[in-house]
Amino acid sequence: MGFSVSKDPRGVVIVGVDGQLIVGNRQELKQKVLDSLEGGTRRFVIDFTKTGYIDSSGLGVLVSLSKKVREQGGDLRLAGLNEDLQTLFELTKLDTLFAIAKTPAEALAAF
Amino acid sequence: MSGHVQVVLHRRARPQDGVAFSLVVPSDLSLVGDAVELAARHCDVGVLSPRRLQFNLRTALAEALANAIAYGNRHDRSKLVRIEVVCGPDAVRIEVADDGNGFDPSLVPDPTTPELLDRESGRGLFVLRHLVDTIEFNERGNSVCLVLRAG
Repeated sequence: MGFSVSKDPRGVVIVGVDGQLIVGNRQELKQKVLDSLEGGTRRFVIDFTKTGYIDSSGLGVLVSLSKKVREQGGDLRLAGLNEDLQTLFELTKLDTLFAIAKTPAEALAAF
Repeated sequence: MSGHVQVVLHRRARPQDGVAFSLVVPSDLSLVGDAVELAARHCDVGVLSPRRLQFNLRTALAEALANAIAYGNRHDRSKLVRIEVVCGPDAVRIEVADDGNGFDPSLVPDPTTPELLDRESGRGLFVLRHLVDTIEFNERGNSVCLVLRAG
């Protein structure tokens, strides 16, 4: 359980969400992305390949992070959503706010 | 972390009646993940498919519990949230009750409208409604009953 942070050779930061993104741990994700943003990173991929569930607070933190990254001229993309998580983004219409790729590799290639 | 989650298993008259238990959770949002895992583990008795147990039950319970802690008990750690779960042969029934004054769910706006879409909060109830088969509030609005049909 937790978040893994890595950087690709072009400087894109990939944050993996292991387990869940919910009200109890969203602040940790927020801090990791904001620290990287502060450090100059502008391109982010949030990888949900190992994520079981996301609650509405988790969705909310993604919305606010995406806004903050865009304000700095950057881009935050999502990848690796399973069918249920994809449906969650569709029914909340958040799929219209985010660039969503099937895999982290696809998300990276799209930058 | 303040306090801890308590689980009480209830004896059922016949084994085929399934599993019943209660959870008592202090009003601390950092306990939501643990409470959900505990509940999901006790519900792993074959009523719900692994996928619905993993996603629908966990997400729905996390939403209902977070709402009870934040909006019901207003993070007051002296107040508790009580969760009653019955995993019967036909469905899993979950009741989540807080000590708050309740709310009118019909007054919660649709978070998918263009003007609310990029807000950080306000999606909980909307998500919850889509994850379960039935959802009912008591008249006071401080208790919600969720039903996930078997399968």
